[in-house]
Amino acid sequence: MATVKPKVDAVIVGMGWTGAILAKELTDAGLHVVALERGADRDTQPDFAYPKVVDELEGSVHRRFLQSLGQETVTIRHTGDATAVPYRQMGSFKPGTGVGGAGTHWSGCHFRPLPEDMRFRSNVEQRYGKKFIPDDMTIEDFPVSYDELEPHLDMFERVCGTAGKAGVLNGVVQAGGNPFEGSRSREYPLPPNPDYLGSEMFYKGAKEMGWHPYPIPASNASAPYINPYGCQMGPCNACGFCSDYGCLNYSKASPNACILPVLRRRGNFELRANSQVLKVNLDSTKKKATGVTYLDAEGKEVEQPADIVLLCAFQLFNVHLMLVSGIGTPYDPETNTGTIGRNYSYQNLNRVVLFFDKSVQANPFIGIGGAGATMDDLNGNQLDNGKAGFVGGGLVWARQPGAGPVRGINVPAGTPNWGSKWKQAVADNFRHSFYFEVQGACMSYRQNYLSLDPTYRDGFGRPLLRMTFDWQANEINASQFFVDQALKMGRTLNPLSILGDAKKDGEHYNITKYQSTHTCGGATMGNNPATSALNRYLQSWDVPNVFAIGANAFPQNNGYNPTGLVGGLAYWAAAAIREKYLKDPGPLVQA
Amino acid sequence: MSEKDPSPDALQSRRRILMGLSLAPLAAALPGVHAADKAAPGAGGSSFAGADDPRRYTPSFFKDTEWAFIQAACDRLIPADDTGPGAVESGVPAFLDKHMQTPYAAGAIWYMQGPFLEAPAEFGYQGKLTLRDIIRVGIDAMDAHCRKTYAGKTFAQLDTAMQEDLLTQAESGKLKLEGISSKLFFSNFLNEVKNGYFADPKYGGNRNMGAWKMIGYPGMRADYIDWIGVRDKAYPLPPVDLSGKRG
Repeated sequence: MATVKPKVDAVIVGMGWTGAILAKELTDAGLHVVALERGADRDTQPDFAYPKVVDELEGSVHRRFLQSLGQETVTIRHTGDATAVPYRQMGSFKPGTGVGGAGTHWSGCHFRPLPEDMRFRSNVEQRYGKKFIPDDMTIEDFPVSYDELEPHLDMFERVCGTAGKAGVLNGVVQAGGNPFEGSRSREYPLPPNPDYLGSEMFYKGAKEMGWHPYPIPASNASAPYINPYGCQMGPCNACGFCSDYGCLNYSKASPNACILPVLRRRGNFELRANSQVLKVNLDSTKKKATGVTYLDAEGKEVEQPADIVLLCAFQLFNVHLMLVSGIGTPYDPETNTGTIGRNYSYQNLNRVVLFFDKSVQANPFIGIGGAGATMDDLNGNQLDNGKAGFVGGGLVWARQPGAGPVRGINVPAGTPNWGSKWKQAVADNFRHSFYFEVQGACMSYRQNYLSLDPTYRDGFGRPLLRMTFDWQANEINASQFFVDQALKMGRTLNPLSILGDAKKDGEHYNITKYQSTHTCGGATMGNNPATSALNRYLQSWDVPNVFAIGANAFPQNNGYNPTGLVGGLAYWAAAAIREKYLKDPGPLVQA
Repeated sequence: MSEKDPSPDALQSRRRILMGLSLAPLAAALPGVHAADKAAPGAGGSSFAGADDPRRYTPSFFKDTEWAFIQAACDRLIPADDTGPGAVESGVPAFLDKHMQTPYAAGAIWYMQGPFLEAPAEFGYQGKLTLRDIIRVGIDAMDAHCRKTYAGKTFAQLDTAMQEDLLTQAESGKLKLEGISSKLFFSNFLNEVKNGYFADPKYGGNRNMGAWKMIGYPGMRADYIDWIGVRDKAYPLPPVDLSGKRG
């Protein structure tokens, strides 16, 4: 028998970015909030303190700050007729766990979507005709516009102390920023971080290409900063331990540094770490959640009743919880019906490595996670998709989150993997090479979806989430196009040699190779309850006192990193709960 | 060059030959050894000169036969040469012995529930051996293969050219071993050797930060804001490790 705790106003599953944002907003509104985090509690002191934190073996091999796959993972297959096998070792994507979640170990790239990204299907149809979209491509419009989101995107940047340069301020193009961005109401809270060599060279190469380079918006503080919550951030010292690591310096924005210091002092907020939520409990009508059941640190079953259930776990685990709890109807690709698991998408990340002689001091150990340079000349409406022959935009960027020898050293093509020649190549190239990344959008398809696995179970006895995903021709073509553009640009910089890893025709999704943690969709927001799990406020169509907040809501992934939009959507949903739902609990949109 | 159970002296003389330094004292040829031999009693935590000599490490995970394989294989994978220190003198065997006893090597962060199905390489490792079992089973299988093929000799007893050839065959998966894929074993073993070579010295390898010095990695300084805009000079500071020791 589960211990039953006293009922609270809201229970939050997961204490990453979206959980922390919702906890702040709802405790502001006077609600009593309990947050359940499956991992450990942690904070800058002592968990990320120098020097212990800057340990590559512990951080990038033992993956101290990431989720262990020992208890919970997913299974993966390429097509619906195959048997899925477990994601046994972390490779392709790196979900977080613990207080801060993936918001602890991200790099800091903090993009807003383009206005046209938010009306994605309509925009493609208008520009290229309905027939340009393949029948199996299930892309949709986001049911919220850029203009509606703008104040919330702005708020998230204020909370994060994002460093950048506005390109369009109240409709007026600004020098030095991205001229193609949606109009911003305010300048970034902090100016851009300094450029390291690779980003300086990116500006040079991008100008050769006729592109419009601009500083990547980075939630790595470029100066001392106090956010609207009174949380203090210190200027980034370029330590080189962003991706995979918690920030030793209060510089990289994270829930730990930017929100939790306030929450922890609140009487109406309770954080329970080491609390593994097993399911959302529904009443007999299946239209109302009564709370959640979780295992506490001792493994004892506890029931937490609540009026509102906020799913704020990592994208994959939000979808998993909805499926194991029986919220909504699972997606069936045969009939193209059901919504939970539908429109799973990912990100199309590729890399170009440039090798130089010893006069070029690339110093890859210097790193500021999100900082660097990029351009939007091949993204959104700047790209002529009709001519390019695929749907979706992308970008090339120079980014150096910091590299060390354990994480891997790039060596030119043809170098052996061991022996004296390998050693020589490592010694010759470590400090004199850098890479540009090539990141493209990823469309959603009828054949790419999430469901429950019939064979494999997690450490708590639940079926694992099963991912059915493979690269489709559209994304392979896009990968080749963008990598080709990056190679052309790279060659203008006269490297000794250059490597590109564009996907080959017919290439399958490889789970062993890191290709971004930007997994998206599976419980998407939309205007039609037949094709979306959530309404425009990220509220479940089926169980209106459940909200599922995160990249699970993306109907497809755009060319950018998702975190900026995830944070903006969290503030948008929080505003809807505060201003609409609390006054009149029930569906915020009539189906 | 065939030798039985290569002694430290044999390894040293081979290195001297390889390095074309047979007339120079070994200590002068190898900066790491030089520093250790010169160390005053008590310096760097050593109670006597040479106490951190990696050849004096007594393994607690690996058996003696496995230890001989590890010494030989480490020396082939990352040999000592003009570029920098080799894996053996860097203490990589000691790293491996310690690393095999961590929760990581016991599969703590891998999903290890069955069934264990065969799947294409794109789906990654799908076996039921943990890392330390992959290493142990692989070493035993390599030695069994060698004894069967080379008149009872173990891997460590073969000459270096034959050892290199076997490792090359294992790397490509051409080598057929009993009970384990040679490619699986090799890729995991090589990965661990590189981890030991480049990880912080506290884990037992990268002795005196030799691997970091070789590539110009400043180690765990973790503050480069004053150097981010410098273009015309190489980064000037030597490495520092997690204990605060400078290289």
